[in-house]
Amino acid sequence: MLSLIDIESSYGYVKVLKGITIEIKEGDIVAILGANGAGKTTMLRTISGLLKPSRGKIEFMGERIDGKPPEIIVSKGIVQSPEGRQIFPSLSVLENLKIGAYTRKDRNNLSKDLDMIYHYFPRLKERQNQIAGTLSGGEQQMLAIARALMAKPKLLMLDEPSLGLAPRVVKEIFEIIKEINQEGVTVLLVEQNARQALAIANYAYILQTGLVVMEGKAEDLKNNEEVKATYLGGKSPGSNVN
Amino acid sequence: MLLQQLISGFATGGLYALAALGLVLIYKTSDVVNFAQGEMAMFSTFIAYTAMTSYGMSYWEAFILALLFASALGFIVERFFIRPIQNAPVLSLLIVTLGLMMIVNGIAGWVFGFETHSFPAIVGGELKIFDAVISKSNLLTLVITVFIMGILFYMLKYTLAGIAIRATSENPTIARLMGIAVNHVYSITWVVSSILGAIAGMFIAPTTFLDVNMMSSVLLKAFTAAVLGGFTTFVGPVVGGLILGVLENIASGYISAQLSSTFAFALIVIMLWIKPTGLVGQKVGKKV
Repeated sequence: MLSLIDIESSYGYVKVLKGITIEIKEGDIVAILGANGAGKTTMLRTISGLLKPSRGKIEFMGERIDGKPPEIIVSKGIVQSPEGRQIFPSLSVLENLKIGAYTRKDRNNLSKDLDMIYHYFPRLKERQNQIAGTLSGGEQQMLAIARALMAKPKLLMLDEPSLGLAPRVVKEIFEIIKEINQEGVTVLLVEQNARQALAIANYAYILQTGLVVMEGKAEDLKNNEEVKATYLGGKSPGSNVN
Repeated sequence: MLLQQLISGFATGGLYALAALGLVLIYKTSDVVNFAQGEMAMFSTFIAYTAMTSYGMSYWEAFILALLFASALGFIVERFFIRPIQNAPVLSLLIVTLGLMMIVNGIAGWVFGFETHSFPAIVGGELKIFDAVISKSNLLTLVITVFIMGILFYMLKYTLAGIAIRATSENPTIARLMGIAVNHVYSITWVVSSILGAIAGMFIAPTTFLDVNMMSSVLLKAFTAAVLGGFTTFVGPVVGGLILGVLENIASGYISAQLSSTFAFALIVIMLWIKPTGLVGQKVGKKV
C-alpha cells in the first residue's frame, strides 16, 4: 500500500533519515519503534509532505507521492494524528472534527461519520461543544485520532498516541486503534512504548539514528532477546525504557 | 451633547475596529504585523475618489470598485511580497511591511498628487433625537460597520473556511496536516483585511479629508484598538476600537481635540503596563 524506498530527509543541514526502506501492507498495523531522535517523527513528516525527502521515493497505492504538499497527501487518504496530541485548543471539539474532514468532498455523509466517531469515542460526543483545550490528556488524544478519522483515511498514521497518558488510558486507546484497524483502516503506529505497540501490530520496524536496524513480524520481535533487552525494558512488565 | 458624542464616538470607533480587525486577522494567522494596512486603505480610497471625480461614477459604484481594487491589492501584496519571505524572522517581515507602507505612500503621491481633497459622506443631513443633533452619515457608518463585523464574525464562527482560518491561526503546521492549504488561508486573510481597511478608509475620509497621509493617524488608532482590546482575539479589536472612539470623542469634546493622538499613545502605554494581553486577550504560547 505504502512504500518508502531509500528515503533520506533533512532539517536544514542535519540529515535525520539516512536512507530507510519500509513497506506497509493494506489492512496491517505496522509499528515503528525507536528511541527519541531515531527519526520516527521525521519519517511521518516526510510521508505527510511537510518535509521533502532529499533522496528516494514514496509510493502510495502505486502512485508516487513524495514532494507533494500535505493537502494532496491528505486527500489521497494518508492522514496523521500528530505527536503530543496537537489538537486546536481554542476550537470546540466539534470544530476540531470538522477540520479533520476539511478535504472531504462527500460532505453529505459527515453526520454519519460523526456518529461512527462518537461510537468509538462516546466521551467526545458528551463534550462536542466544549473547548478542546479543556479536555483531559486522554480525551485530547482521542480527539486527535478522531479528527484524523474524519478525513476517512485509508492509512492512519499515529505519532506516539501513548505519550504522557496513564496506563489505563493507553490500554483503552490501543483497543480503539485495533478496532479501527478491524474496520479496514491500515495503521502506521509510531511508538516509544514498544510493548503496547507490539501487542497490537502485525509487523514492526526498529529505527535507530535514521536507519532501520531491525524489522520483522511483531511476534518474532517480541521474543527477540535484543529487542527485549533494549526496548521492552527487561523483566518488569508494563515499563517502557527509552 | 453626550448622546451626540457617544454616537459619533461609536461611529469612529467602529472604523478603528474595522482597521484593527484587518491587522489582527493577518497577525493571528501569519504572525505578520502589517504596517502598510493604512496606506493600502488610503490608496483604495483614492481609487474611489478618482472613479467619482474623473469617471463620473456614483458613490456606490466607486465604493464597489475600490473594494475590488483593495482585494486585488491585498492578494498581490501577500502573494509577491510576503509569501516569498514567510519563513523569515519576524523582524524582517516587519521591515518589509514598513517598507511597503512607504512605497505605497510614495506611489500614491506620484499618481494622485499631494493635495488634500474633500471626500463625500455616504449621506448628508442630520437627525434630531431629543436635544442631540446626530449626523446621518455617522449613524449609517455605524450600522454598516456593525453589519460587516456581523458577517465577518458569522463566517469565522460557523463556516468551514472560518474554522480553517482559526485553526491556521492556532497552529499552521497541524492545519496543513489536516489538509488545509494554509497559503490560500493567508491569501484570504490579506484580501479580507485589505477590504476592511478600504471600507474604514472611505468612511473616515469625509472627516479627515483625503490625502496621502490621511491613514497614518488611523493606523495608529487601529493599533491602539488592537492593543487595548487584545491582539490575540477577534473580539478584542472591536471592544478596543469602540472604547477608543468614544473616549477620544469625549476627550476632544471636553478637553482638547489636538491631543487625540497623544491620547491614543498614552492608552497603549497604560494598557501594556496594566494588562499586556489587552482587555479581552488571553495569553498564548508562541507558535512553533
